[in-house]
Amino acid sequence: MVNLFMTNPVPKASSSLIMPGGATSTCWSCGTMRAEHFCSACGKVQPPVPVDYFTFFGLPRKLNVDIAQLEREFYQLSRKLHPDLYSRADKREQEWSLEQSSLLNDAYRTLKDSIKRTQYLLRLEGVELEEQSKTATEQARSSGQVKKQVVPPDLLEEVFDLNMQLEELRMQKKMGEDDPALIEEIGRQKLELEEKHEALLEELKHEWTEWDRVVDNGGESDRLKIRDRMVDVLNRRNYLRNLVRDVNEVLES
Amino acid sequence: MPSAECSNAKSYQLRANTYFMPNDRIVGIDLGTTNSLVAYMQGDTPVVIPGDDGLNLVPSVVALGGNDEVIVGSAARTFLIETPERAAYSIKRLMGRGMEDVQEELKLFPFRLAEDLQPGEVLRIKLGEKTYTPPEISAFILRQLKRNAERYFGTPVTRGVITVPAYFNDAQRQATKDAGRIAGLEVLRLVNEPTAASLAYGLDKKKNGIVAVYDLGGGTFDISILKLHDGIFEVVATNGDTHLGGDDIDNLLITIALDDIRGDLGLDLRRSGEAVQTIRKAVIDAKIALSSQPGTKLDIGLPGGRRYQREITRQQFEQLMQPILDRTVVPCKQALKDAGLKPEQIDEVVLVGGSTRIPKVRALVQDLFQRSPHIDLNPDEIVALGAAVQANILSGGSEATKEMLLLDVTPLSLGIEVAGGVTDKIILRNSTIPASATQFYTTQVDGQANVAIHVLQGERELAKDCRSLARFDLKGVPPMTAGMPRIEVKFLIDANGILHVSAREQRSGKEAEIEVQPSYGLTDEQVESMLLESFDYAEEDFRQRQVIEARNEAETIRAALEKGRKSPAWGKLTSDEQKRIAKLEKGLHEVKKGEDYQAIRKAIDELNQGTMHLAELMMDSAVSTALKGKKMDEADFGKGPEPPHPFASPDFE
Repeated sequence: MVNLFMTNPVPKASSSLIMPGGATSTCWSCGTMRAEHFCSACGKVQPPVPVDYFTFFGLPRKLNVDIAQLEREFYQLSRKLHPDLYSRADKREQEWSLEQSSLLNDAYRTLKDSIKRTQYLLRLEGVELEEQSKTATEQARSSGQVKKQVVPPDLLEEVFDLNMQLEELRMQKKMGEDDPALIEEIGRQKLELEEKHEALLEELKHEWTEWDRVVDNGGESDRLKIRDRMVDVLNRRNYLRNLVRDVNEVLES
Repeated sequence: MPSAECSNAKSYQLRANTYFMPNDRIVGIDLGTTNSLVAYMQGDTPVVIPGDDGLNLVPSVVALGGNDEVIVGSAARTFLIETPERAAYSIKRLMGRGMEDVQEELKLFPFRLAEDLQPGEVLRIKLGEKTYTPPEISAFILRQLKRNAERYFGTPVTRGVITVPAYFNDAQRQATKDAGRIAGLEVLRLVNEPTAASLAYGLDKKKNGIVAVYDLGGGTFDISILKLHDGIFEVVATNGDTHLGGDDIDNLLITIALDDIRGDLGLDLRRSGEAVQTIRKAVIDAKIALSSQPGTKLDIGLPGGRRYQREITRQQFEQLMQPILDRTVVPCKQALKDAGLKPEQIDEVVLVGGSTRIPKVRALVQDLFQRSPHIDLNPDEIVALGAAVQANILSGGSEATKEMLLLDVTPLSLGIEVAGGVTDKIILRNSTIPASATQFYTTQVDGQANVAIHVLQGERELAKDCRSLARFDLKGVPPMTAGMPRIEVKFLIDANGILHVSAREQRSGKEAEIEVQPSYGLTDEQVESMLLESFDYAEEDFRQRQVIEARNEAETIRAALEKGRKSPAWGKLTSDEQKRIAKLEKGLHEVKKGEDYQAIRKAIDELNQGTMHLAELMMDSAVSTALKGKKMDEADFGKGPEPPHPFASPDFE
């Protein structure tokens, strides 16, 4: 193992689970782990530790996040880690600062957005949402077929009706005979779908609170249940978003 | 520190870069389509460094003189009209581009491509009988700015910050960095032009808020929206068009004039370089006049003695350029949308670029953002001033800039081409940089040793509609069954907005060797070869300059000595001393006729030594104690030039 800390003083870390020499510290009270990005004594940037985004900010793996506080942390860390502050430093420090800031920016970008944060946590918990979707898309592309979308059961009937209407409108438009009543009806349904889309975000936030509760004092099976519920909400929400997009495509054509 | 002893160009470069002087100046450079500037932070304020013609703006025009010597700036402009095939302007339009992209430019600009150019090769354009790549031509401009700064400071300048349009892609940025290197400048940072402008604005105003920067230059348009708070300049969204600027307005007018002339006078002048450039100059003057007058007249002398005359009103002009201005609206609206903001939420709009002086442009901005734009700061200089501020931040900052930090974004989404010719976006546009993304690859065939990756920039779905950035070949994948290797590829966009790729096969832990084929760029070897070539000129120029400056110093001493001889102090010297001084003076006089800097320097130092006593005697005894050790040319014998002046005690050791 390469010891990177030959000449720089390393802040005393109480535990270092990630790798030898990796600078992290753990709270005695709540056990939250936090990566040490720069030395609190001399201010020098430390080599980046391969931690997850939550640990990077010293946050527990909970989904409710104080966004204002996160933003303040982000600016504070930017002021310490940005490459502009290391342009006269030696090459090693410049590399570390480059890696640290890209990690900082990636982490901030992911954690401050509700959906991205949820997706990221699910990924940490072993659910490969995006990869599943990508694989399906690639398979569809290479086989030339349309990607199979799983229709949420509670929407089956609506979706069936809507698709029929969209097909009808497409044909009408081809012949140049749009029926305004049909357009209005479709518009109304689109509005309903958008409302459902919004409502699902609320449902997701409810699941966040459940998750956060279970993280502290819940069992494995509880976690899995909530996890799967969140996956389901995200999938349904995605489905609705794609559907609305399809509707817009036809309406605007 | 460049030393008189080193005769080797390479070692000069080495020493200049490794010796860090506390007052080693980092300059800020605006390398513009139409004009270029160099600036630095003077105490609390950024200041533009003028050329030897005393002007702040250096036209981005390059020409080859009669002996193929390179001429840059105002002097090169006369060549545009007289011998247009030996001159080039607006070269920024060709940076980081390939033959296919520039077909449109070629129709409107007199660029002459080298005859033997192959598709996929870096562009080369002809100046006279010689050919140069766009980075080389830009390097000539940068070198001129570098010299202006060196003349101003009296010390070498080797490091700088150069600005680029925010919407420049990777290839265009790399080309700009290459140009800096060729010119002998270490480019510490590329800064986006609107962001630089906001720095100059922010330093001036010191207010928090949301600022939109509308930057309409000679060839590029950028719109950036920033959040300014407590010294942090955070770009929220940026958009633009790298093919849109004042040049397009000029070309409209030129086309009309040419059509007019063909219609009225039966003359087709489109092929005549001189005629087109003459018309261009007149049209630009008219455009500028119409910003302050309601009407103006074109009156152009044509070949054959005829004259083309036409009245233009501001109204007609505005009608003509409306379509060009309209093209700035969509990027503005998109930027607002990406930022999640409505026009009312913008606190201030800052105008950048000469074209924003046109009243119609100001009216459009007023309309778009529902407020009067901020026009206090000079739109021609604001970018260079901002670059100087960034240069100051990079060199450790000062009282004025110590709380300032720039957080910029990448303007274009970064994607990988995947099966089906589709782009898979891995870093989205407007992501704060530095930014990274990691992708995993594997092999399709047993024992496959290479994996090819095609990286693109752009927002479109299909790879063919995006901009090819580069093809990466991962080599040396350890032989395994197909699908076994787990190759982790890390894409990192650095603070300059330039992409770096690294790869590692996870199972074996082996770093993959990456071979990069930049789509429109120069390889490192090509840059190196250009560097040495233009570098030889620089070393030669530098030596010549040293000689000139030494001669000037010799002259100063001679004048001082003449005064000294007439003063009563001369009589107080022993005759030995007087004889020695005369001998040293004669020696200097002889040696300064030659080109040997070393010898002149030595003679100056010896004469200074020899006249120290005289200098002391020329003062009051009380004052002479204070002046003890002062040399002849430093003792105050009258008003000398004000510092900083080109011949301040040189720091060359």
